This record gives sequence, structure tokens and C-alpha cells, in this order.
Amino acid sequence: MQSGLVLLVMSLLVFVGVFAIGNPVDILINPDADQAEIERAIKALGLDKPMWEQYWIFLVNALQGDLGRSFVFNIPALQLIWQRMPATLELAAFAMFLAIFMGLPLGMIAGLKPGSWIGRTIMTGSILGFSLPTFWVGLMMILLFAVYLGWLPASGRGETVDLFGVPVSFLTLNGLSHLLLPAINLALFKLSLTIRLARAGTREAMLMDYVKFAKAKGLSNARVILVHVFKNIMIPVVTVLGLELGNVIAFSVVTETIFAWPGMGKLIIDSINVLDRPVIVAYLLMTVTMFIVINLVVDVIYSLLDPRVRLGDLKS
Amino acid sequence: MTVGVEIIKEETLLRRFISDFAQSKIAVAGLCTIVVIILIAIFAPLLSSQNPYDLGQLDIMDGRLPPGEVGGAGFTFWLGSDDQGRDMLSGIFYGLRTSLGVGAMSAFIALFIGSSFGLLAAYFGGRVDSIIMRIVDIQLSFPAVLVALVLLAILGKGVDKIIIALVAVQWAYYARTVRGTALVERSKEYMEAARCLALNHKRIVFRHLLPNCMPPLIVVVTVQVAHAISLEATLSFLGIGLPVTEPSLGLLIANGFEYMLSGKYWISFFPGIALLVTIVSINLVGDQLRDVMNPRLQK
Amino acid sequence: MSQSELTLQVEDLQTYFYTREGAVKAVDGINFDVKKGEIIGLVGESGSGKSVTGFSIMGLIDPPGRIAGGRIMFNGTDLVKLPEAEMRDIRGKKIALIFQDPMMTLNPVLRIDTQMTEAILAHEKISKEDARQRARDALGQVGISSPDQRLKSYPHQFSGGMRQRVAIAIALLNKPDLIIADEPTTALDVTIQAQILFEAQKLCRETGTAMIWITHDLTVVAGLASRICVMYAGRIVEKGDIDEVLDDPRHPYTYGLIGSVPSRNKRGMPLYQIPGMTPSLLKLAPGCAFRQRCERATDTCLVMPEPQQPQPGREVRCFHPYGGGGE
Repeated sequence: MQSGLVLLVMSLLVFVGVFAIGNPVDILINPDADQAEIERAIKALGLDKPMWEQYWIFLVNALQGDLGRSFVFNIPALQLIWQRMPATLELAAFAMFLAIFMGLPLGMIAGLKPGSWIGRTIMTGSILGFSLPTFWVGLMMILLFAVYLGWLPASGRGETVDLFGVPVSFLTLNGLSHLLLPAINLALFKLSLTIRLARAGTREAMLMDYVKFAKAKGLSNARVILVHVFKNIMIPVVTVLGLELGNVIAFSVVTETIFAWPGMGKLIIDSINVLDRPVIVAYLLMTVTMFIVINLVVDVIYSLLDPRVRLGDLKS
Repeated sequence: MTVGVEIIKEETLLRRFISDFAQSKIAVAGLCTIVVIILIAIFAPLLSSQNPYDLGQLDIMDGRLPPGEVGGAGFTFWLGSDDQGRDMLSGIFYGLRTSLGVGAMSAFIALFIGSSFGLLAAYFGGRVDSIIMRIVDIQLSFPAVLVALVLLAILGKGVDKIIIALVAVQWAYYARTVRGTALVERSKEYMEAARCLALNHKRIVFRHLLPNCMPPLIVVVTVQVAHAISLEATLSFLGIGLPVTEPSLGLLIANGFEYMLSGKYWISFFPGIALLVTIVSINLVGDQLRDVMNPRLQK
Repeated sequence: MSQSELTLQVEDLQTYFYTREGAVKAVDGINFDVKKGEIIGLVGESGSGKSVTGFSIMGLIDPPGRIAGGRIMFNGTDLVKLPEAEMRDIRGKKIALIFQDPMMTLNPVLRIDTQMTEAILAHEKISKEDARQRARDALGQVGISSPDQRLKSYPHQFSGGMRQRVAIAIALLNKPDLIIADEPTTALDVTIQAQILFEAQKLCRETGTAMIWITHDLTVVAGLASRICVMYAGRIVEKGDIDEVLDDPRHPYTYGLIGSVPSRNKRGMPLYQIPGMTPSLLKLAPGCAFRQRCERATDTCLVMPEPQQPQPGREVRCFHPYGGGGE
């Protein structure tokens, strides 16, 4: 219910906001066109109606799953976004995967040995990861791996294979090589975040009585750390990272621009530049919906991980 | 008598704070770097060999010179030049000016707006609180880049526009921080005492509540200034931030993007380093401030 | 007594914590032994080093702490010199530890059966089913009803007393020779406390397990332990048979401690309070650590008194002990 309200308010804000941007006709129509031609175009695009009427039409159509047609591509905006979405989701998912599977072990090592050189190195790296502007790191990665070393391609998506009807890159070697740089670039910030969370969680857990008790049971260090500590730090890590997934998708705007990755992010920047209103509005509404869904999913996962939450309702 | 006692106590507190802060050498180094960067930004016109914004001083013949070359104007391009013959070093000095200015400006406006709302929410509670915090929650559930992107798409380019966008993105962080701390403070006894003395709202909020919210707020400000600088650079890089005539660091980097594939690294590389050093220094100081001010970690 | 009857023999144990401000001598040269099947009480205020003693025996002193000297002879081997891998075999199998706060000792995100069976499987190669069977038996042993269901629960589904029973059941799993109980009943209700004390006593009698009961509460050890060591500022100030010490305390600190316990004979009379506070171990002045709070202190106390033996099996670290026979 509340999510629906948020969506409605957002759609209004976005619609009014986007409406305020310059006149798309100037950009779309051949400047040499005569008055009649311009009028025809305006009518075809529905731009002659007052704003509230445009919004009403938009709203009615939206409820029927129609978010308008792209001025530029002349296909339904939603369809356009659906086409680009797999690329973005693949990039985001791969980046999250990297962030978690590298960040957790590194963060735990740093948390177990906070004073050692390795702990310090990891933390310094994580501060760097936080401070480095993503787009600049992307450029430097292209410079190093694509221009100087020539190991990895600098742009595009490479070969794709259909997986359940959705084109994906990570199943071919060529596609994977295209995916690697953008994914690392996008993962960098979340990697630093994971390291921090894992480190803080580990340090806290190591001081808890249950860790001392586990040690007193004669368990090996490996079991204490991999079972007792790990299970406890998973709770904050999953919660925060789940909520960050939306952020990753949003930030893919930057990464996709740098690596010419044909996803939604690149689409929105292009659309802003040519004032393709329906696409901008549709993109934003899609993202908002996605965030709402992500929040719900994270709540569910959180309760699965933490038995206290899972059974808390029964108790109270 | 009591005044004297208070002064001594304040001094030792400050001294203790400084000595705690100085425990981390790397944070002190960060602080020194920030001071140097601010000085560079202020005195940029004196330090630069050309005014990179004055197209009359730029010579297209000096375009894309590698670092260390001497150009037609007779001075050395220590860090090379960009496609329009702009000296990168001067460009970076001026760019720092823009970036720091925009970052600090937006952070402070956001601080003002955000903490006002946060204080309002915490002090009055009830419906005011829930409305303000609901807006904050919704706003924070959207990534900053996205919000800024949309706003700039609507507003267009310009220094004032980007400051508006950054403030719109950041005020919510301050509001949340201030409300959180203020709620804790509000329940403490000295607030009860202030209310029992029948002091007016204004006095309670500004003389009693706000000063006690300062420690976490200072940490958030540091982090957010760094964040603002980084975000501004990102937006300018995407071509929707500052106008091309006043290049900030982000725009300088964007300018070099197309020449990078042909190995002309310096146009993007050096402004990036400047940006990096700035943000790292601020974050180092912020990290140490957080540790020093966190009562939980104090020994 | 013969050497073989002794389960544990602590000799001149020193455990120091090396902090920025200097070495904190948390335990500074203590001696005591525990016989087979015996319960010994280790009594002291917080910060007296009693818990650190327990952790030292377990080999669980974390940096910056370290055992700086002395021996811990357990069944004839010196635990201080034992390599970590062998120490791990002893931990949980031969020596078990029970903690003070039952709310904190069980891992909140792991099921009880996981936490119990892992303690068995860490030491023995038996099937998971057998380990489960033993876990179930142990739960029954400490008086937990329907252990089968309980095994599948998470810690937060238990009350405090139940959790402490689970912790005790875990300690019993491998039938250890020695259990170190670090204030296991402090956080519990009095009735549950009594039940647990009863179980502990029964257990030691039946299995021959020795026990070190660490507490700040004299009344708890009074009915439980056979001997008692009173610790103050990292040292044992008085040691002896429980009844002798309680009826006839020699050290002024023990004297004060007993005087400050409320009891029926003292109704209506003001309770005794030991003046002052526990000294900081960091800036411990030379000499007897108790002398600033002691009404009997003289200039001789500026030197650390050596333990004296006013009678066999009794030890007092004081120049001016209260004389036998009550004062």
C-alpha cells in the first residue's frame, strides 16, 4: 500500500520534473522542417495537451503497462528498458558477487589481525576504494588493461549467449573478458564496504563470550571463525549489501558510460541528453519499483539468517 | 571562580582531543594535505602559469603536449596540456578551486537545512517527526547519483544548479544524524532541567540541544564534503554537471577520456590524482575524527 | 598426599597484560591445587584476577595478555609449555569452562544441537548421530525436559537458567577431569542458582570431576566447596579449608569480606564495609596491596608479606593476621 503511494508520488514528481526540461521538439525535429510538420509531430507525440492531461493519460496507460513510446526509437519505452535491463542486471550481479566473495574473506582477515601489516594493508586498500572516484578508476583500468597491456577489451558487451531466453555475457570467454573490467570497477566501492562491515563484525564477534566459549570447547580456530563468527557477521553484511544492490544498479550509469556497456544506465544518460521524456520517466519508475522489491527481498533474507527475528513474532 | 574552572576544563578537553587525534600519524598527514590543498585552491591564480578559463590565453597549437614540454607561450607544461592547449597544472589548480568550493558550499547549505529539519523532528516529535523522517527515509532509499542525475536533467548545467542538486541529495543525511543524536540528548536530564526552567524553545534548541549534537555532526560533515566533491566530479564527468567553460576536476578528466585510447594519459590522469588525494585526505581525517569522538572506542 | 590424586597444580602463575600504560599484573604468582573430585572456591572482588586465573588454565589469554611465568600442572603435564594444537585437545575434553553470563555464551545464530555436537566432534571421530545421542543425554542429565525438541531450538528460545544448564551440559559432554565455573550462577535467580549448585555437587561426587568455582559471593561457595582461595589484587591472600576460613578468617580482607555478608545473627546491626576501593592493578604500590584499606596496617606492610602457615593446610599472606579463635 505504502509502496504504491510512493510510486504514485514519484511518478508525479518525475513527470512534472521531466516536463520542465526543455522542449524535445527542438532536438528531435529537423530544424529545416516547416510549421505544419512541427505541428504534426507535436500532435503525434501528444505534446499539445496541457500537462495535467498528459499526466492523466500517462497514469491510465501506466496502469495498463504502457509507459509511453520513446520519442527517439519510436518503440514502447518499457520495451526499450526491458531490452537493456539484462545487461545492467548481469553487470550489477557480477559486481556484487565479486564484492562479497572478495570482501568477506579480506574483511575477516583484517578483523582477526587488526594490528598486523596485512590487516593494515587491507584497511588502507578499503579506504582507497572508498575514496577513489569510480569513474576515474574505470578510466585508469582501461588505460592499464586495455591500452597499455592490451589484455582486456575496453568497451562493449562481447559475445552473448541466451540463457532462458535472456542474453548473457558471462558464459562465453569473450563475453567474460568484456564483463570483467566494468564489473570490477562497479564492485570496487561495495568491496570496500563489505571489507569494512566484515572487519567491524569480526572484531566485535571475537570479543563476544560465545567465541571464547567456542574456543573453550576445544574447537579449531577454523571452525570458530568459519562457523561461529562467519554466521554472525553475515547478518549485517547481507542486510547492508542487499540495500546497496539498488545503489549498484544506479551507479552502473557511470560504469556503463565509461565502458560503453549497453545497459539501462547508458540508456538513461543518452535519453537525458536528447530529452527522451517517456524513457526517462519509465526508467525512473522501473528503478523505483526495483528498489521496493529489493527492500522486500532483503527483509525476507534477513529474517531467514537471524533466528531471533524469525521467531521473534511467535514469542511476542 | 566558576568561570576560571570551566576554562581550564575546556582547555584540557581540547588538548586531549588534539592529542587523541594526533595518535594517528596518517590522519595528521591527511590534515596537512587538506591545508595545502585549500591554500592551493585559494591562491590558484598566483600559482598558475596561465588562466585556464581565459580562452585568449590558450593556444590551440599547444594542444595535447605531453608532460614537461615547453609550449609556444614560453612556459613549461609540467603536467602536459589538454586538447585546447590548456596547461594541466593550472587547470588542476583552478579545478580544485571549483571542486572544493562546490563541495564545501553544498555541504554547509545541506548541513544547515538538514540539521534544522532534524532538530525540528527530534524536538517536536509526533507528527512533525514522522512526516520529516518519512521524507528522509524515502529520499535515502534512492541512490544519490540517481537523484542528482534527475535533478540536473531538469535544472540544466551550472555551478548554482549543481549545488542545488548536491544539497538536495545530502540534506537527508544530516537530518537523520541530528535527529538521532538529538533524540538521545533530549531524553537526558539536562534537557529536562532546561524545560523545567521554562526556557523558550529557541534557547533550548540552539543553546542546549544543538551543541550536544555536534560531535557526530562534525564527522558526517567531513565525510559528506568528500562525498560531495566526488559526486560533483562524477556528474561533471557524465556531462551533466558544470559547464565546459569552467572545468572542475571531473570535467578535465572527461576531456581526456577520448584521447586516452591513443595513449595520451596525462589529461585524465593528473586531475584524477588531484581528486584522489583530496578525497583520501578528507576521509582519513574523517575516519580519525570518528574514532576519537566515538565514546564506545575510548579507553 | 600423593601426586596422582591431584588433578591440577598451579605453581607461581603470573599472567600479565602488556598495555600502552605498562604491564598489568592481573595474576601475580599464585599457588593452589585441586584434588580429584574436589570443588575449590576461588573468591574475590571483580578485578582481583580470579577470572584471569581460569582463562590462564584454559590457555585462552588473548593478547596483549600473556602467561609470564609459573607452571600449570594438569595430570602431570605442564599446560603452559604445551603447544596450541595439544592444548586444543585438552580444552573442552579434559578441562571445560562455564561462563558467567548464560545470555552471551551461546552463539545466537546456531542451533543448540550444532553447538553441542561440535564440542564432541572436535575431539572424537564418531558419527553425527552418536554425537547427537550424547548431546541429548547430557541435556537430560542437567534436567532439561524433552531434550529431543530442545536440541532443535535456538538459544533465544531458552530462559537464562535453561541456557546455563545447556552451557553446563556442553561442559559435561566429554566427561572432563576439571570444570572451571566462572561465576556461573551470578546472573540467575536464587532458586535456579540453588538447583544448579546442587547439580554441580552431585556431579563431582558421582564422576570424580574436579571443579574450580570462581565467584565473588561467599555464600555460594560456603555450601559447595571444600576448600577456598581468597584473591586480592592478583594474589591469593588466604587459603584453607572452607569451614576454617569462614569461621576463623585470618587475613583482614577475608575478615572484612565475611563481615559484609548479611546474615541472621547480625540482624539490626550495621553491616561491615571494607573502606576504599579495589586498587588499580596498573599503579600498584609495593608492599601489601590491601594496606590502604586495612585497619591493621603498619609500616611493616610496605613490604609484600610472604605466605604464612598458621596451621596445616592454611595459608595467610599478612603480617598482622587475626589470631585463631576469633576476635
